[in-house]
Amino acid sequence: MSSIRFNICIGGALVAVMSVAALLSVVWTPYDHTVLNVANKFAGPSGSYWLGTDQLGRDQFTLLMIGARTSISMAILAVGLGAIAGTCLGVAAAAIGGLVEDAIMRLADFTIAFPAILVAIMLAAAYGPSLSTTIIAIASISLPTFTRVSRAAARQVWTQEYTVAARAGGRSLSAITWNHVLPNIQAVLLVQATIDIATAILAEAALSYLGLGVQPPDQSWGRMLADAQTLIYLAPSLAILPGLCMVASVMGFALLGDGLRDLNDPKLRNETR
Amino acid sequence: MSRSLKKLLGLLLTLLSISLVVFIIMNVIPGDPAITILGIESTPEARAVLRDKLGLNDPAWQRYVNWLLGAFHGDFGVSYSFGVPVSELVAERLPLTLTLALVATVLTIVGALALGAIAAMNHGNWIDRLLSMTSQIGVAVPVFWLAMILVIVFAVQLRWVPPGGFPGWSHPVAGAKALILPACSLALVQTAILARVTRAAILEVARLDYVRTARSMGLNRRQIMLYHILPNAMVPIVTVAGLQFASLITGTIVIENVFYLPGLGRLMIQSIGNRDLITVQALVVLFAVMVVLTNFVVDVFYAWIDPRMKEGRT
Repeated sequence: MSSIRFNICIGGALVAVMSVAALLSVVWTPYDHTVLNVANKFAGPSGSYWLGTDQLGRDQFTLLMIGARTSISMAILAVGLGAIAGTCLGVAAAAIGGLVEDAIMRLADFTIAFPAILVAIMLAAAYGPSLSTTIIAIASISLPTFTRVSRAAARQVWTQEYTVAARAGGRSLSAITWNHVLPNIQAVLLVQATIDIATAILAEAALSYLGLGVQPPDQSWGRMLADAQTLIYLAPSLAILPGLCMVASVMGFALLGDGLRDLNDPKLRNETR
Repeated sequence: MSRSLKKLLGLLLTLLSISLVVFIIMNVIPGDPAITILGIESTPEARAVLRDKLGLNDPAWQRYVNWLLGAFHGDFGVSYSFGVPVSELVAERLPLTLTLALVATVLTIVGALALGAIAAMNHGNWIDRLLSMTSQIGVAVPVFWLAMILVIVFAVQLRWVPPGGFPGWSHPVAGAKALILPACSLALVQTAILARVTRAAILEVARLDYVRTARSMGLNRRQIMLYHILPNAMVPIVTVAGLQFASLITGTIVIENVFYLPGLGRLMIQSIGNRDLITVQALVVLFAVMVVLTNFVVDVFYAWIDPRMKEGRT
């Protein structure tokens, strides 16, 4: 099996498992995670609690499912936000050129130099930590990447004869961007989004762990680990599963993104055939 | 000369933009910083007193200029929650944070060079594949989770090192012991990244003509690796390592909170809890400046070590 297909299969499988768990948690979980059952705290894995219970007697499996929902939905939201804003800037830079392009790229350079965790800290201090500050902070990772990627790809399209022809035919910059540039660069953008989701899951976990991300009663893997840390002597096993879920989903999206990128690259694709 | 001047000007402009952006986001957009610090439940009288004390009645631009001029003198204002100058808080905690980042960088470089060289020398066989798979997983591991696992194994089970805290610099041995796990957890993930870069760089150089010549002259593999391949493979490795130092600096924010280390990162998170806007603002600028300066040094170094980079950069 070629390494490209291997990456896509393993990555796709991991992403599928996590996504199914996340989607399923919307309609069904084994237990209600808001109901505490202290009599059953720290229960080991059993027929009724597949992965045991935590310090408040909540079912671990249920919490992990809800964690998957939080992580994946927030990652997709944040990357989506960053991707839309970044792509708008990137294709505008490519279409307009000149000083506007310079200014936009400078802005992208500046945003890349500013670490997302500092954005999150700044927003949390000034506005209070919340879902929206976390999403904005994570989106600030994707925005400059998408500006760069979409501009580079769009410039390629602008040199093609069909766009020159469209311009000669009197079509406006925005019409050409909408009808020709965007359809031709969407594959590149999709690959970038997949890779960025992996980064976003890691960022969300770290922020939630620090208490700057998801706030109670919402659950996430990062918060489960923050809780588990205080019980590290009492119940070290609580720290293991949320981390494994994170590694699995981050690897899933990263492998899938790498595989899709290689698949898009005709040079690499032919090599493996 | 004019190129260096241009770069320096660019750096200054970036630093100024950072201070301006941070000031606007934290001080101007939220409206009244007095409400942020005291909370909405505070009385209007208390807010008026604080506003007066912090000079918040001045127009925003004047506050920015005052803050910036003060920052140039190392005066970041007085911490609202600690009641001492922010510069004092920073001076107490900066050594720990920098030590942590530096030790982690050294560990990363040593580990990555060794692993990358081993992988490259075993190019294509099971050792190479095992290492590349491990680094693939390593990149996906959240640093703070790895840190917790290390604590469970080495502090809770084996009891070799303390699970957290820092005894201070007056206890060198205990202090060093307390920093082992934090530095290792920071370094491990970055090692995974740098080892991949090292392996690729070595393989790139290893297929060049002069390496074949060296081999035909009868030098053994170790000599070729140490004296001919590694020195020429250093450019990409050092560049990535430099950029990693920047991410290690921000990485300390998370790690210090896992291990309860009294560094800048822990101060930052504590200050958020204390609604200490003045301290957070100074620390955010400080961290951003450290990151930008690191990137700048790497950039300069890159052009210096390989003059070809000066022309035609992308």
